[in-house]
Amino acid sequence: MSVRYLLGRVGLALLSLWGVTVLAFVVLRVIPGDPALLMAPVGASQADIAEIRAQFGLSGPIWLQYVAWVWGTVRGRFGKSLWLQQDAIRVILERLPATLEVALAALVLAVAGGILLGVLSVLWRRTWFESATLGAGTLGLSIPNFIWGLLFIVFFGALLRWLPISGRIAPDFDIAPLTGFLLVDTLLRRDPGAFGSVFAHLILPAAALALPLLAVVFRAVRSDLLTAVQEEYIVMERMKGLGELRIIFWRALKNALIPTTTLVGVQFGFLIGGTVLIEAIFSWPGIGQLTLAAFQYRDFPLIQGIVVVYAVTVILANFLVDLAYAFLNPRVRYA
Amino acid sequence: MLLQVKDLTVRYGGHLAVWEAGFTLGEGEVLGLVGESGAGKSTVGRALLRLVPEPGRIVSGAIAFKGRDLLGLPEAELRALRGAEIALIPQDPLAALNPAFRIGLQATDALAIHRGLSRREAAGVMARLLARMGIPDPEDTLRRYPHEISGGMRQRVLIAIAFSCGPSLLVADEPTTSLDVTTQAQILRLLDGLRSETGVATCFITHDLGIVAHLTHRVAILYAGCLVEQAPTETILAAPLHPYTRALVRSLPLEGIMPALREPPRACPFSDRCPERMAICDTAHPPLKSVGAGHQVACHLY
Amino acid sequence: MNPKLLGGVVIGLLLCLAAVLAPWLTPHDPNRQDLSAIRQPPVWMGGAWDHPLGTDSLGRDLLSRLLWSARVAVMVALGATVCAAVIGTPVGLVSGYFRGRLDTVLMRVVDVWMSIPAVLLAIALMAVLGVGLLKVILAIVLVDWTRFARVIRGEVLALREREFVEASRAIGLGPFRIMAEELLPNLVPLLIVLASLEMAIAVGVEALLSFVGLGVEAAVPSWGSMIAEGRGYLLVGWWGMTLPMLALVVTVVGFNLLGEGLRERLDPRLRTDAAR
Repeated sequence: MSVRYLLGRVGLALLSLWGVTVLAFVVLRVIPGDPALLMAPVGASQADIAEIRAQFGLSGPIWLQYVAWVWGTVRGRFGKSLWLQQDAIRVILERLPATLEVALAALVLAVAGGILLGVLSVLWRRTWFESATLGAGTLGLSIPNFIWGLLFIVFFGALLRWLPISGRIAPDFDIAPLTGFLLVDTLLRRDPGAFGSVFAHLILPAAALALPLLAVVFRAVRSDLLTAVQEEYIVMERMKGLGELRIIFWRALKNALIPTTTLVGVQFGFLIGGTVLIEAIFSWPGIGQLTLAAFQYRDFPLIQGIVVVYAVTVILANFLVDLAYAFLNPRVRYA
Repeated sequence: MLLQVKDLTVRYGGHLAVWEAGFTLGEGEVLGLVGESGAGKSTVGRALLRLVPEPGRIVSGAIAFKGRDLLGLPEAELRALRGAEIALIPQDPLAALNPAFRIGLQATDALAIHRGLSRREAAGVMARLLARMGIPDPEDTLRRYPHEISGGMRQRVLIAIAFSCGPSLLVADEPTTSLDVTTQAQILRLLDGLRSETGVATCFITHDLGIVAHLTHRVAILYAGCLVEQAPTETILAAPLHPYTRALVRSLPLEGIMPALREPPRACPFSDRCPERMAICDTAHPPLKSVGAGHQVACHLY
Repeated sequence: MNPKLLGGVVIGLLLCLAAVLAPWLTPHDPNRQDLSAIRQPPVWMGGAWDHPLGTDSLGRDLLSRLLWSARVAVMVALGATVCAAVIGTPVGLVSGYFRGRLDTVLMRVVDVWMSIPAVLLAIALMAVLGVGLLKVILAIVLVDWTRFARVIRGEVLALREREFVEASRAIGLGPFRIMAEELLPNLVPLLIVLASLEMAIAVGVEALLSFVGLGVEAAVPSWGSMIAEGRGYLLVGWWGMTLPMLALVVTVVGFNLLGEGLRERLDPRLRTDAAR
């Protein structure tokens, strides 16, 4: 990997971060007119509002407010959550692992499942399997993930009662957090029962979160594979006597994954955004669930922190995707 | 006889690409398959490895290689032949190398699969082969990606791949068309040297009669998917019989374009453009007739 | 007409019919409460014909509410899609046609915009704007214009190298005339497909916002708020949540079928998955 490529990507990520601070500032501070009014409880006096203004740096020229805001953001100081009466960033970081755990599980599920289905649908072309996966792909893609979540709750949680539909772990387990990632923590504590419980709790929310992305990955892998298998270099692989399985699962797949990687990068934002609703639906104690409450309580310090943390997560993910792209595509790596 | 092709017919979806082509190839012999683009010569070449690209399909005919029926062979046995006994040198060396993998991996596949060598051993064998082909730093070449080396180098790599397992039949599908003129000459010399050294029987697909004159023993002329004439190279060049071959050898201008093949052919496919067209040419397809020692022609004139 | 397109058109027409004819089709005022008949089951589960699909926990007629919700869905789908296309298309055109620094800047803005998760941005906007149909449309447009900008730009990058554009440049047509007269007509198939897909997304986002109480006004029936209400009595009456979910699913799948069917029909090479 060339240093130039790496530096370029880091630069882009930083630029995006700056852009996000501007956008978040505009949405949260400029559009509402006077956020102090939004923040103030019903029936607050002029003096109360003035105090809020002073406390959150909401007076003075807008550019000064912005500078103060960015400076606070850079140091992670969003202020004290109005609702929880704790340092906002503290609250967010405590809950971040829960969100990342379900998002990463969904990402792995979506990418692995999407690739597998894509490969199989190409390997078994012109069979019922191909038509079935294509139909399922359209469904998976069309239906928003909170609807998937609700459907899962109805079927697997309420009707069949196969899997838990609320929280991260059964209440009878008590796991003191180490990393905050409960799958990891239960392993570290060598508690297979708790691990099983965490795993079972993770399945439905992760699946609901993953389905639309899984469908996107499936369709991308499939169409890129279909292009790749027509290429002369795949004919040459066959000419050398390689088996069809090895060709599609390895040689053609690597080519197909190059465009798919970019797509996953673009889509990761959607997946992360999906956590807001999925966490609310599955009572998942992450920052997604926190988000809705923060908006309900008009808890601006918390909201600002959440928006920034979400955006940073997406930007970081995109940066990682760029690295993966360079790894897969030698023409970028040495360019 | 090493290879015997009989009545080979290939279709692409709705239309016919090759119709009842038949020829033979002896040990060490070089056959030139000649025709303009779209005449079906590449399709015939790929059919010898059963690698006709989708949606193409071999509809009928028989290909016997060393007495085995290639078209009836199970996929696994066919794979054991591909790359080991029968090898292909493709037309476009850039398109024929997978851009996402290092050359080393792609060049050692055949040796690893058919000779059971480890990748490291295979790389050693390949490096020696590449060095003999005039690649200055073969180890370095093997570490590179296809886009990092020149077209001539890529074609050398592909030739080395084809020769790596010592095949007894080689299909060279216009191996120099995409290269510049000087490189063309080098590659041809190299190819001919390797061929005479190993004595591999070769099916050389080309539209270039100059190449035919230098490299081949026998020539088969294809027109619109039909084999129209077959003879020893000297005979074709000195005394071509089919009006199409005559036009080709003497570089005569032809009116019109090559037609698509209708099925089953009820007329001579060349009749539209033939300067010696007769009434029968539009009503009957001429069969391939023997007219001399190893000389066959499909024309109502003879 | 391919089966996908047929399915999409049928569902789209039914939805529009339901939306336009809602006042005449519905047996009851969708907001009329009848506390003597709460959580009635649909007829096939032993309910009365007076409420064919049953009632919710305030005794409101579910069929009437479902049909009235279709109005919100259609208005949001059309309004948001048209506005997002009107903003995004020129940005994509200009960016792709002029390339260079302008393109870099515009696409950077789009990237940044997209790095705030769409759902989060929509919720934040609704929280500061306040609820309402027009505000829902505005929020969706502000989130989704980037989709159009990005895809249109990609297509323009390819189109501008084509001969007819070169020819127009050669005879001295100005850039904006080329964009309007040469490029835009060639973008129509892509725009139609993108618009169909965007309608599905817009309906989904509206439902989501109404589901969390940040959508249309509480007095306006919407599938999203119906799902949220039905969730409250899921174990007593599953239909309260399932029926609006079904309506929503059929609608979004319908719009997606329409988009995919149109793509297959107009130009199968169009790659629009990146726009999701």
